[in-house]
Amino acid sequence: MSFAQLIGDWHALAVLFVAGVVPNQIWRMLGLWFGGGIDEGSELLVWVRAVATAILAGVIAQIVVEPPGALATVPDVLRYGAVGAGLVVFLLTRRSIFAGVVTGEVFMLAGKWWLG
Amino acid sequence: MALPPLDSPQWQSPWRAFAWGLRSITQTILTIVLFVTYLGIGALAHDTHFSLVWALASTLFVWAGPAQIILITTLGSGATIIQSAIAVTVSAIRLFPMVVSVLPLMRTPTTKRRELVFAAHLTAVTLWVECHRFLPLVPRERRIAFVHGLGCGLVSVCLVANTVGYFLAANLTQTLGAAILLLTPLSFLFSTARNSREVADVVALALGILLYPLAAKMNSGLDILVSGVVAGTIAYGVHWWREVRA
Repeated sequence: MSFAQLIGDWHALAVLFVAGVVPNQIWRMLGLWFGGGIDEGSELLVWVRAVATAILAGVIAQIVVEPPGALATVPDVLRYGAVGAGLVVFLLTRRSIFAGVVTGEVFMLAGKWWLG
Repeated sequence: MALPPLDSPQWQSPWRAFAWGLRSITQTILTIVLFVTYLGIGALAHDTHFSLVWALASTLFVWAGPAQIILITTLGSGATIIQSAIAVTVSAIRLFPMVVSVLPLMRTPTTKRRELVFAAHLTAVTLWVECHRFLPLVPRERRIAFVHGLGCGLVSVCLVANTVGYFLAANLTQTLGAAILLLTPLSFLFSTARNSREVADVVALALGILLYPLAAKMNSGLDILVSGVVAGTIAYGVHWWREVRA
């Protein structure tokens, strides 16, 4: 891999700042500036937290439903099965993130191997 | 490793406090969860055709896993800059209450706002959780230095993970590459589920996953925002309904 490939194009880095860094950082700086006066349990913040969680959930679903790159070579049933199996073990182990992730991965790899 | 007692002379130097913060990353399972998540982000960046420097810059300057994944997946699937920026900023609103609640733990009567800028930048869910755990064990006037150390340690771990994940995705067989990409949805699903204490959080997570495929059928280009706002508002409705009944 060449040096130029590692950097990529400058346009993409500019997009990172406009679409990623600024829209993200603005909330931290607002928190720093206006701290104090906001009640953490206010109804508006409850709604905001719920929408933010649901957006993240949508992203999780997007990666599984419309997978990028190498993940697209894994059949639908194995991707959904891996998430389902991981979730069951996560709940059975009293919410162990580690156990859930390992189970999902093992399910997917074993399924791939079994299907050939 | 145990932190020195509050009155120990070890705390007299801010550099020592920074070093104690740095070493504290070895005291939490969340460091491993972050490593795995950022391994996945590195691989995701590779498979959606972003450069390694781009991935590292996103970790350094965005420093919020969900925002980075939203940015990579939306831009990678052809969303416009405006659409991506809206999705990122909505996901980042949760940083506001985190910063508001964590900075008072570090503030002294003489602390200036600009001394807290870097600590505010480092604030994300992992640091927020760990601050509530570690800071009561750190003398107040050394807490900013401690948090700088803790945050720099976590960022470094994630930069290494990004690099490893990026090269693994470039060089592994397809099956193992797929396994690394699968780390992202799994680790985010379970760490979000683990942080969900209230019913509204659980409903938002479950409905957000279930509604996305429906929203995607509409092909509006704003799928994630549509399913997110609908699912989040229903979750808020459930919260409100339970409050009224209680």
